[in-house]
Amino acid sequence: MSFPWAEHYSPTHPLMKWVDDRLPLPRFVYNAVGAGYPVPRNLNYFWNFGVLSGVALTIQIVTGIILAMHYGSNAGVAFDSVEHIMRDVNGGWLLRYAHANGASFFFIVVYLHIFRGLFYGSYKAPREMVWLLGLVIFLLMMATAFMGYVLPWGQMSFWGAKVITGLFGAIPVVGEPIQTWLLGGFAPGNAALNRFFSLHFLLPFVIAAVIILHIWALHIPGSSNPTGVEVKGPQDTVPFHPYYTAKDGFGLGVFLIVYCLVLFFGPNALGHPDNYIPANPMSTPAHIVPEWYFWPFYAILRAFTFDFFFIPAKLLGVMAMFASILLLFVLPWLDTSPVRSGNYRPLFKKFFWLLVIDVLILGYCGGAPAAEPFVMISQVAAAYYFAHFLIILPIVSRIERPLPLPNSITASVLHQDSYEGEREALPGMGADTQPAQPGLAH
Amino acid sequence: MVRLLAALVGIFFSGMLLYSFGSGAVAYISEPPAPTAEHESHLHPKEVDWSFNGPLGHYDKVQLQRGFQVFKEVCSACHSLRLVAFRDLKALGYEDPEIKAIAKNWAIKAPDVDPKTGEASTRPAVPADHFPMPFANDVAARAANNNAIPPDLSLMTKARHDGSNYVYSLITGFQPQPKELLKEFPDAKTPEGLHYNPYFANLNIAMAPPLTAEGQVTYGPGQPKPTVDQMAKDVAAFLTWTAEPKMENRKSAGLAVVFFLLVATVLAYMSYQTIWAGKKH
Repeated sequence: MSFPWAEHYSPTHPLMKWVDDRLPLPRFVYNAVGAGYPVPRNLNYFWNFGVLSGVALTIQIVTGIILAMHYGSNAGVAFDSVEHIMRDVNGGWLLRYAHANGASFFFIVVYLHIFRGLFYGSYKAPREMVWLLGLVIFLLMMATAFMGYVLPWGQMSFWGAKVITGLFGAIPVVGEPIQTWLLGGFAPGNAALNRFFSLHFLLPFVIAAVIILHIWALHIPGSSNPTGVEVKGPQDTVPFHPYYTAKDGFGLGVFLIVYCLVLFFGPNALGHPDNYIPANPMSTPAHIVPEWYFWPFYAILRAFTFDFFFIPAKLLGVMAMFASILLLFVLPWLDTSPVRSGNYRPLFKKFFWLLVIDVLILGYCGGAPAAEPFVMISQVAAAYYFAHFLIILPIVSRIERPLPLPNSITASVLHQDSYEGEREALPGMGADTQPAQPGLAH
Repeated sequence: MVRLLAALVGIFFSGMLLYSFGSGAVAYISEPPAPTAEHESHLHPKEVDWSFNGPLGHYDKVQLQRGFQVFKEVCSACHSLRLVAFRDLKALGYEDPEIKAIAKNWAIKAPDVDPKTGEASTRPAVPADHFPMPFANDVAARAANNNAIPPDLSLMTKARHDGSNYVYSLITGFQPQPKELLKEFPDAKTPEGLHYNPYFANLNIAMAPPLTAEGQVTYGPGQPKPTVDQMAKDVAAFLTWTAEPKMENRKSAGLAVVFFLLVATVLAYMSYQTIWAGKKH
């Protein structure tokens, strides 16, 4: 698809030939995630997280569809139907814990995937569309996760729904009618629960569709790599299958081990105890907090404590929270450095790690009670967050002197081993064409 | 143009935030937040070495039976257990006839409808019934309990942080209000009808101490002495089971799954190494 030396699909089995002539679906898969997709040979483990995100989505869809067979999306029965799943449905506890923790792990791998992209400049030309579609997926994920958290109809479900839809209520003049319209009432109730369930069922399939676009857009220029230097020839790439299917298989194993350790031995560690109390509109929890993956944004929302002339603090917080995500959409045009990889950008690298620490601090403050000193800390952290993307990055790209880039991916891979490097520098004589020696460590 | 707009937005948000931080910090230093009685006196639950702790932990069925006895003879007077059915008691080691007898002799009858008149009536419970509610409705519950609703206990140990320890600590945590606390916070005096308990979030709980004397529940022969501490532990263990009845299935399945995944991951790593052998990357 992307490079002229990509391997071509040539079925040998008559049945596959017959199918391929009539519907080239096998060919499509072969070119998308098979041997027909050439990938840079130097990808590190951070490149596993795209595949892992896809696996996490699949886990969510499979467990979610079965859960939906036993769940009742009515405010009168929702809480008890979840407990019915936990107690009386065969393997129901496994399905529900897999789904609830699966959401957390989906966000863990997606956040790692996003920070991988931030560090290695994956959002830069010619991959802006890949980045933009990824952000669309991220927004859809957030909406889906939020609505999913409402479904058990516990205390945090109810009050979380009230707070988040209340964000729209901060919009001047039209805010309150919009909030009422979104909820189908003046407070979260049966109408809201039903529409959230319907949308929670729909959106994962929309996500799956946008993922197809995301991969399609990726395959036009091909995958980026840790050097950020573009592929120059066949020696720079390996076929996705079997090379990266094997590597992803190992990454998947590690991911599943960590996921299952939490799922089987601490399934409630990432949740909030209040959601085991049935929703009660008459009793407000002491601290309303969303799920952990929203904490950084929740901290930004709460960091605004002052009105700006006619703009109330609450509206400022809402604007800032949305801006904190939307600004990522213009990132490819803010970071103008021609060098992609953070490995060759000494100044950028420092600010990048500062950003990582900053987001972790924001996350901690977002989960903490809305009291001092957490509000002050999140104000400083949120200020850095905006400054990082909107002020510092454009300046850094302008003043920074990047380190010299390797000539090619192959050169960077082989630079420590001049003997192999010389061999591979000659076309047709490289290690690529050596007969494979299974079991021999390189 | 994009960069100019971005810089303006960035300056606006960052500026607002730093301004808020500055004025917040000034207020914080000039007028530090006053300590509250809750903050000073609230205690974290006491650690108990439960049989079900850890990845290999199991319920102690004999302890659960003792805990059930405490629930039946003490807690169930006010607290419901609406998500648990009598049939579930099989997991505690009771036989079918025993469960039938427990259901039939339960102090509160199961609600029913008179088959002739259609009027509301009651009948003895059967194993398929959930534990009947002690009060007809919330109003009745409030009326009988000093205007507080005794919460359902089915999920109590999952609905509180560190739930098993919390239930044990709360039951054994009743005490007279410390004099120093009253001296420091005269307003924090426990109101009439409430009870001081440092493990409760706002320190004053409507529930009267439920376990007050050794031997309040008579344990069978061969069982530990029914001290308040022992009874509290037993009932907390029982409520851990009601909240998470499938815990043992979960942990044993988890061990098998993780073992399988470890083997599979080692194999995946070896095939990864084999496939990449001779290919520098």
